Amino acid sequence: MSFMQLLIEGFWIVGKILLILVPLILAVAYTTFAERKLIGYMQMRLGPNRVGPKGWLQPIADVIKLLMKEVVVPSGANKTLFLLAPILFIAPSFAAWAVVPFDAELVLADTNVGLLYLLAMTSIAVYGVIIAGWASNSRYALIGSLRSASQIVSYEIAMGFALVAVLMAGGSMNLGAIVEAQNGSALHWFWIPLFPILVIYWISGVAETNRAPFDVPEGESEIVAGFHVEYAGMAFALFFLAEYANMILISILTALFFFGGWLNPFQGIPYLEPATDWIPGTVWLLLKAAWFLFMMIWLRATFPRYRYDQIMRLGWKVFIPITVVWLIVLTFWIKFEWGWWFDGRGIAAIGGVS
Amino acid sequence: MNIEVLVFYFFAAITIIAAIGVISVKNSVQAVLCLVLTFFSAAALWLLLEAEFLAITLILVYVGAVMVLFLFVVMMLDVDFAALRQGFVKHLPIGLLLGFGLFGAIYWVIRFEIFGSEKVPEPAKHEQGYSNVEELGRLLYGEYFYPFEIAGVILLVAIIAAISLTFRGRRERKGQSVREQHRVLKEERLKIVSMKSEPIKQGDDA
Repeated sequence: MSFMQLLIEGFWIVGKILLILVPLILAVAYTTFAERKLIGYMQMRLGPNRVGPKGWLQPIADVIKLLMKEVVVPSGANKTLFLLAPILFIAPSFAAWAVVPFDAELVLADTNVGLLYLLAMTSIAVYGVIIAGWASNSRYALIGSLRSASQIVSYEIAMGFALVAVLMAGGSMNLGAIVEAQNGSALHWFWIPLFPILVIYWISGVAETNRAPFDVPEGESEIVAGFHVEYAGMAFALFFLAEYANMILISILTALFFFGGWLNPFQGIPYLEPATDWIPGTVWLLLKAAWFLFMMIWLRATFPRYRYDQIMRLGWKVFIPITVVWLIVLTFWIKFEWGWWFDGRGIAAIGGVS
Repeated sequence: MNIEVLVFYFFAAITIIAAIGVISVKNSVQAVLCLVLTFFSAAALWLLLEAEFLAITLILVYVGAVMVLFLFVVMMLDVDFAALRQGFVKHLPIGLLLGFGLFGAIYWVIRFEIFGSEKVPEPAKHEQGYSNVEELGRLLYGEYFYPFEIAGVILLVAIIAAISLTFRGRRERKGQSVREQHRVLKEERLKIVSMKSEPIKQGDDA
């Protein structure tokens, strides 16, 4: 490969990355708007409605405001680490999008270790939190970062087990292959055989993104704003951006793992399937993800904050045992090919240990 | 110059610089972060060898879990840097002697004859459909099934041993029992008293 070809290919990859990131950042901006509007309506208020027609330019105004603000470095803070922390937080949450397939062929990195890669990226994000809390030289920030780190580390185990179940059901670590394994109809999707896993994955996802009701790391009523109290302006905006990007990621992953990703929900239904055949898969995927995103906002408007020891109990004593038990159940389910989900994967197909 | 060679030298350089940083940086938190960077670039080198499963597991296990705990502990330490640097010159000869001794031992075990691009054949490139995960799974759960399971059992024994070593018997805690909390009935906590409503006096509503 000549240098010129290499250069062109490099630009092509950068272009594809931008094609994912720019819509993602816009989606984040409008997720904040949707959140404020939805919670507003749920609480019988109007929400933001002043900037632009019906308030549609509110997120743009917010972004400009954050960009213009001064980045304050507190005295006594470790300046290098203080400025490095938001970058360490946002980098993995963007990097995780590399393996997310948006359609059968529409994926940036079609890797064989997609699931593990996602798990690795979500586990690295904890560094940004810990370092932000430590480098701020503030006790509230430190308490917040310790809470967040222990929460992320605990729920990662339940999430990892849930992903093992998805891997067993899908028979691959490639996200595209997992979706293809659910091909058939809405009843072929993994939400039926993996229902407990779906619930646990979803709740762990909410906990991993530090969202209400698991938002003790930034519990405003007790530790001001947790690990990012000392951050202002753009540095704060990066934390904000990463949190919402993670929310969207968890929503899309739930749709991919358990709800057939880009597959048409009317598959296998006469008349409805041909009638909806023209809709591209990406639209289905985004619609499914939007529903889970809505659920996250709904959760925040509905539930009070968990107490810290209750969070730990739920993660360690409830979720991890349930996932382990369901892994065993799933092993038998796949081995004996119950139902129609795991055709051609059981004992008969493999023929025992060779 | 091959692009892979460039990438290799880039990450190899980062690995070495970060590894030197681990022992030379003054701030202990930064030293831990240097170690994280070392793991990262080592994982990138493994990716070049098409061992993507091992590379990502390295990041997942070491960077994502082990080093987080390291960072926790180091952050909580109150290190007195002046006291650490005392007696550096006095202990330098012993340190150098030990260092060279260790290096010599390692050098003696793996001599230079083994290394070098002429000595080691270039690892064969795999075709497009090659999956490192499947290959490893086939080896671990097929050919090396018993050694793998025995290693797992030994690890389990080690976990139980570690827990029982740090277990200091039952302590009386003031924690809540969630089971008891769930069993509480409304009648035990809530008492509804029926009483006459008080009439509002004029001029009393502050």
